[in-house]
Amino acid sequence: MSVVAATPPRESGLAALIRHSRYVIGENPVTGLAFALFVLIVLAAALGPHIVPYDPLQSDTSEALKPPTLHHLFGTDQLGRDVFSRVVVATRLDFFIAVASVALVFVMGGFAGVAAGFFGGWTDRIVGRIADTIMAFPLFVLAMGIVAALGNTVQNIVIATAIVNFPLYARIARAEANVRRDAGFVEAARLSGNSDWRILAFQILPNVFPILVVQMSLTMGYAILNAAGLSFIGLGVRPPTPEWGIMVAEGAQFIVSGEWWNAFFPGAALMVAVFCFNLLGDGLRDMVDPRRRT
Amino acid sequence: MLTLILKRLAMAVPSLIGVVIVTFVLTRALPGDPAAYFAGPAATPQAIQEVRIKLGLDKPLIQQFGRYVVELAHGNLGTSLTTGQPVAIELRNRLPASAELTLLGLLVSIVVAVPLGILAATKPNSMLDHACRIISTLGVSLPVFFTGLILVYVFYFLLGWAPAPLGRLDVFYTEPPHVTGFYLIDSLIAGDFPTFVASLKQLVLPALTLGIFSLAPIARMTRASMLAVLSSDFVRTARASGLSSYTVIVTYAFRNAMLPVITTLGMVFSFLLGANVLVEKVFAWPGIGSYAVEALLASDFAPVQGFVLTMAVLYVTLNLLIDVLYGLIDPRVRFDA
Amino acid sequence: MTAAPALSVEGLSVQFRTRSGIVHALDNVSFAVAKGETVALVGESGSGKSVTAYAVMGILDAAGCVTGGRAMLGALDLLSAKPKQLAEVRGRKIAMIFQNPRTALNPIRTVGRQIADVLIRHGGVSRRAAPAHAVEMLRAVGITDPARRAKAYPFEMSGGMCQRVMIAIALAAKPSLLIADEPTTGLDVTTQAVIMDLIGDLAKELGMATIFITHDLALAGQRSARIVVMHAGHVIENAPTRELFANPRHPYTAELIAATPDSAQSLDALAAIPGSLPDLRRADLPPCRYSERCPRKLAACAAPLPTAAPGAAHVIACWNPLPDRAQYPPAVSAA
Repeated sequence: MSVVAATPPRESGLAALIRHSRYVIGENPVTGLAFALFVLIVLAAALGPHIVPYDPLQSDTSEALKPPTLHHLFGTDQLGRDVFSRVVVATRLDFFIAVASVALVFVMGGFAGVAAGFFGGWTDRIVGRIADTIMAFPLFVLAMGIVAALGNTVQNIVIATAIVNFPLYARIARAEANVRRDAGFVEAARLSGNSDWRILAFQILPNVFPILVVQMSLTMGYAILNAAGLSFIGLGVRPPTPEWGIMVAEGAQFIVSGEWWNAFFPGAALMVAVFCFNLLGDGLRDMVDPRRRT
Repeated sequence: MLTLILKRLAMAVPSLIGVVIVTFVLTRALPGDPAAYFAGPAATPQAIQEVRIKLGLDKPLIQQFGRYVVELAHGNLGTSLTTGQPVAIELRNRLPASAELTLLGLLVSIVVAVPLGILAATKPNSMLDHACRIISTLGVSLPVFFTGLILVYVFYFLLGWAPAPLGRLDVFYTEPPHVTGFYLIDSLIAGDFPTFVASLKQLVLPALTLGIFSLAPIARMTRASMLAVLSSDFVRTARASGLSSYTVIVTYAFRNAMLPVITTLGMVFSFLLGANVLVEKVFAWPGIGSYAVEALLASDFAPVQGFVLTMAVLYVTLNLLIDVLYGLIDPRVRFDA
Repeated sequence: MTAAPALSVEGLSVQFRTRSGIVHALDNVSFAVAKGETVALVGESGSGKSVTAYAVMGILDAAGCVTGGRAMLGALDLLSAKPKQLAEVRGRKIAMIFQNPRTALNPIRTVGRQIADVLIRHGGVSRRAAPAHAVEMLRAVGITDPARRAKAYPFEMSGGMCQRVMIAIALAAKPSLLIADEPTTGLDVTTQAVIMDLIGDLAKELGMATIFITHDLALAGQRSARIVVMHAGHVIENAPTRELFANPRHPYTAELIAATPDSAQSLDALAAIPGSLPDLRRADLPPCRYSERCPRKLAACAAPLPTAAPGAAHVIACWNPLPDRAQYPPAVSAA
């Protein structure tokens, strides 16, 4: 007579994900911190303009360049605008730039990469050539060139960031597509009449997503830094739009005379946001593939 | 070894071709009409048209490209509209300033990051290791221009230790006689010690800024690589053979661990060359980065073209050197069929 | 009165701290190796053979720690020696060679320099003279054209040649004890025989004792004077080779011998040892770690194992050993 050992009921996918997430966050509380920070940033981006004490565009030259006080937590800038309000409102724009860039490069790079890996041949060669050409440039220099050529708008910054990150995403996606090219579910999809493009879009690309999501978090940080850098040299967002990079640029001239708050707070906000995305990326990497932990 | 170099050179050629094409396309797309600028604000439409013909801007794009390539082959990068000087000459004059800064920044970075990475690897999961990880992540999150500004505020404004961020040399000093263009080297050659110290003082903050910026990827890669190598079979053999700690960690482990770090240097250079532009703006450094930014804002396309081209060629060359360096250290690459 | 042994391991216990708990890898392992003797340490994968060697050499992973016992190399206890004393001894009086010789050598350093490194460190050879000595070592381990080979890198050599280089490195300082951890696993059979011959010849020449770690009982039987059988971190039997094969007392040893394939067997006839190694992370491990898979288990087997008398020729760690064939020869069975 055999005794069948009782097996625990199989968890649903979501429950397993939550349990695994809790384990990873427990293992590394820094990741938990990153998640919390991320939520804060999203909230600031969503609610920013509605919760700030002052109108970010309202200037009041009588209050210009006042250091931080209770009335103006982060001080005022050279036009008397409240730095705190501007920093919080700028979250929305910078977050948007980050998300848009990452979405664009995922679609562009991801699709080109899986196509290259799936079809091979000329597709692969052309995508490879494009990636190589982009990678032959120092990336920020290329972004400068693209934004200069196309014009100083937010859309162009997003496009430039996406182009500059294209090779990395294409390469990762290509490798993954190569592996899955002959997988069972692909065969099944083909046999049920799906065209190659549908297979690429609906079968392979979604499978590549988890691998790319780690990179996407890191790219979000990079996108913000890139936009800030471009704004700093005058190629980004135009004043008076509140954006962290351009606020640092405007505040830079006052550092040598000691008015530090102008440039410091937007710069600190930049740092916190990028730090958060980087930590998030590390945490996601631990969740997705513990072998690759650094 | 020679075949390795030739092969890498051959692989670089298509990249360079792509670079030339992209640069041309980008700068022809710059807004603003150079002909109008060149002709001056009082010019009539006919005058502007004459200037346009003279500059060859009325020809089809393909012809313009052809002419561009021919001029490139002769080392002619065009003339700056704002300064009237040939771009090639200006770039050549300004390149040493950027190079000196970037190389010093990289040196600072390596000198700090590599030992940090090695230490973190020999004591994994210790406080030092966590500190190293946090410092690296912070370094990567700080916008490079922000770091520069903070350093200026703390060390110039608050502490008064550093000189004003106004370029390569204080007004009281004259630049040393030109040999390499690197003030540090040239002043030593001329035996002019005060100028050496003065240029070094100006270099400290911007080099430190660049160094902090590139610290993170190098430290991270060194740590990861050392960790992997320290637990490898051949290090175990070296330990079992009773070799000294120094031999095991430095001669055996470190040399192997540096291989991936050297490969990372390529990526680090890409970041550095970009960050250079930003740092030059913060510290009013007369290098090619600031040259390009000024030209860009004036829609002066020849310098921008020249700058992007130069940066890309520099970058391709640096990657080639890195490959060669890698081949010198790792014999397995040399014997690649 | 027998001469002092080359190595005497007494009551060695080792634990590993892992994410899923503490692994009690070794428990009270004791055996001795006489001067010039070849002893084989035999057992399944996971039985603790390599851990024993690593503990003795002092190259345990950072997660491992010795929780008890001594490893006497002459008058020195290797397990509690100061780093300076260990430095005198490791690689000089006691040496080790490993499995997978290709990966066990530094890939970016010529084999000549790797041998020279050890010569300079231990052999009292000057930096200038070391390369020539290294070439001589290569010749001594049977590598043809040693002067040219000394400038080669491990990836340019075959597995057999790399193992010869490792032997040269290990023997450079003429140690009195060599530990060979599965030196021929992964090499083809002809090369196996050649390497084992080489080790044997050099050992005889140098009067060197050898501990030969293997999972291959047949190989152990051919090459060693004494066999120590390990199971799940315990020494379960320790006897001269011929005695072990003729008169295995521990049930596990008998199963091992039965499971060793010989050329006449077909694949179907291969015997397997029932059960598997117990999970060494358990806090409730029985004193005899074989008892849970043992067909001869008694109630008495729950008691701690008998400690062997020192100097006993045939050590058996079992409450219910197989009958002693010397005293009770098995009845001749009809074929």
